[in-house]
Amino acid sequence: MILGIPPQALFGQLLIGLINGAFYAMLSLGLSVIFGLLNIINFTHGAQYMMGAFVAYFLLQYAGLGYWWALLLAPVAVGLLGMLMERFLLKWLYSLDHLYGLLLTFGLGLMIQGLFRNQFGSSGLPYVMPAELTGGRNLGFMVLPNYRAWVVVFSLALCLGTWFVIERTKLGSYLRAATENPALVQAFGINVPRMITLTYGFGVALAAVAGVLAAPIYQVNPLMGADLIIVVFAVVVIGGMGSIIGSVVTGFGLGLIEGLTKVFYPEASNTVIFVIMALVLLVKPAGLFGRAQ
Amino acid sequence: MLKFWLLTVAVALGLGVAPAAQAQISDGVVKLGVLTDMSSLYADLSGQGSVIAARLAVEDFGAAKKGMKVEIISADHQNKADVGSGIARQWLDAEKVDAILDTPNSAVALAVNQVVKDKGKAFLVSGAASSDLTGKACSPNTVHWTYDTWALANGTGSAIVKTGGDTWFFLTSDYAFGHALERDTEAVVIKNGGKVLGKVRHPLNTADFSSFLLQAQSSKAKIIGLANAGGDTTNAIKQAAEFGIVKGGQNLAGLLVFITDVHALGLPTAQGLIFTEAFYWDLNDKTRAFAKRFAELDRGIHPTMIHAGVYAATLHYLKAVEALKSDDGTKVIAKMKEMPTDDPLFGKGTIRADGRKLHPMYLFEVKKPSESKAPWDYYKLRATTPADQAFRPIDQGDCPLVKK
Repeated sequence: MILGIPPQALFGQLLIGLINGAFYAMLSLGLSVIFGLLNIINFTHGAQYMMGAFVAYFLLQYAGLGYWWALLLAPVAVGLLGMLMERFLLKWLYSLDHLYGLLLTFGLGLMIQGLFRNQFGSSGLPYVMPAELTGGRNLGFMVLPNYRAWVVVFSLALCLGTWFVIERTKLGSYLRAATENPALVQAFGINVPRMITLTYGFGVALAAVAGVLAAPIYQVNPLMGADLIIVVFAVVVIGGMGSIIGSVVTGFGLGLIEGLTKVFYPEASNTVIFVIMALVLLVKPAGLFGRAQ
Repeated sequence: MLKFWLLTVAVALGLGVAPAAQAQISDGVVKLGVLTDMSSLYADLSGQGSVIAARLAVEDFGAAKKGMKVEIISADHQNKADVGSGIARQWLDAEKVDAILDTPNSAVALAVNQVVKDKGKAFLVSGAASSDLTGKACSPNTVHWTYDTWALANGTGSAIVKTGGDTWFFLTSDYAFGHALERDTEAVVIKNGGKVLGKVRHPLNTADFSSFLLQAQSSKAKIIGLANAGGDTTNAIKQAAEFGIVKGGQNLAGLLVFITDVHALGLPTAQGLIFTEAFYWDLNDKTRAFAKRFAELDRGIHPTMIHAGVYAATLHYLKAVEALKSDDGTKVIAKMKEMPTDDPLFGKGTIRADGRKLHPMYLFEVKKPSESKAPWDYYKLRATTPADQAFRPIDQGDCPLVKK
């Protein structure tokens, strides 16, 4: 017995925590990309995550296109919407204080959520798990649902892939350079505004993919983003705003800590992440992996 | 000169007589406030639908024809007790509201219960569940319609224990409602010879139940009791399927399930669930007629028992106001307890001294997809508990209003 819990139960909880961490990591990755490269605090992220899930629901309901199509099409659709938003609304705010971007995206997020809730209610809509991923594997200490294992694998691949593109490829280096000195990069003939729009679209697409992944296990619900976005912001702040590797590592790490809290003191599982955020901000205000700006 | 005085007296008499019938209805208007969750996890089972139900009740009462002015306002308490009691206070003090309706979320309802009692108005609870509203916290200004945690525990809990589900593990929503439901159901389980192997408390509005379900699974209890409601219940049920809980031989007991939850889950996931409710839209012709009118006004959603309770409570309240010719809260509630109730949705019933409305409770089972012939055709009736057995005996509640 470890601290009153049989070891099997503990391993089970840690594994669950890791799976939840995968969601946090994916969502905070999108936020980090958008903030780190574009300096926009994207509070619409939760609503975009929710829209991803809804697009998956619509594709299934009205076009008969299943989960695998949704994984491909939903991020494209929501990403396009995001790019439109950036082109027509956000680009006016780049020269202003961060706060304006925050207010605009926050307001947009509330509006989108309200519209969906008005139309679809708050109880949620059912989304069937793809047949290939149902069932589970008995690991001895718990039954690991195949779908949740898939979520971890997919999100790890996505996070590592994104990190690689941004930190190790030429495209990524252009992007990082454009953030530091847009005028100079533009002088080299690179279309900076288009790159920014595409990057925002990519960050939004990441949120939408997380939404599609969430649809079979959580309810497709207009409120699903609101509940998650606050936690994800805490994750990003702890990891260091702008640090991609920071948000991934912190996402998984906090998922684990939350999982442990649910075992030992479940009533606090909602708040433990914010307690950690407060502590980290007191000791290292730029976040664990962040650079002071 | 005489003509002038005669005219004055005649006019004075005329002015004095005409509004006499309305003289005791405060400000000439009966103002009802629907205080509910408009935007969060309880918005579908209550929410805007409750406002619609109240409006239908005012319409059916024929307020306009009887010369009674009735106004309905509504507000969102956001599941926060301080927001709810703040709205209640403002309504009762500044906006001259005479009766507050519905209020899902027992924590908010208990707070508003106190405010209404302090101000001597009326509180017609349909949404909240805690049996404390007619127990320790009972008030001469409150009527608890529809259902409570005791009725749910005794309906569902005892039915399940009697069919062999004698070891339980509770997943409880960590606030007043969850605690009350867990307490009442645990009492029923133990009374019927069962055992409670463990419990875990989760925050209200939890999206991910995997960790709690895992704990329930390792307890090896035959029954996992879900002492929660709305989105929490549906999430838990949906995720239980992933972890092979039912395949592993355990069963889920939804202690509070509404038709909107079954609709959200879909019949393939929800089939076989057994739970207790006070109303189902397809019970008889009168309930069906109401459901048709309601659905037309609420995007096709069919009424839950909470909506039905708001309708019936409002109707009975208006009848009492009419009989008393006054909307003084304490007096109207007393009159409501005096008059037997009769409405198309709950039939004939009574309201006890502790504020508890009595009517039969029904045990429903969710149909298999093949058994459902139309949208919202979800339930089959398994058993009916008569009104005198469905609710906690009046002497067991510790209500100060009840003379021992």
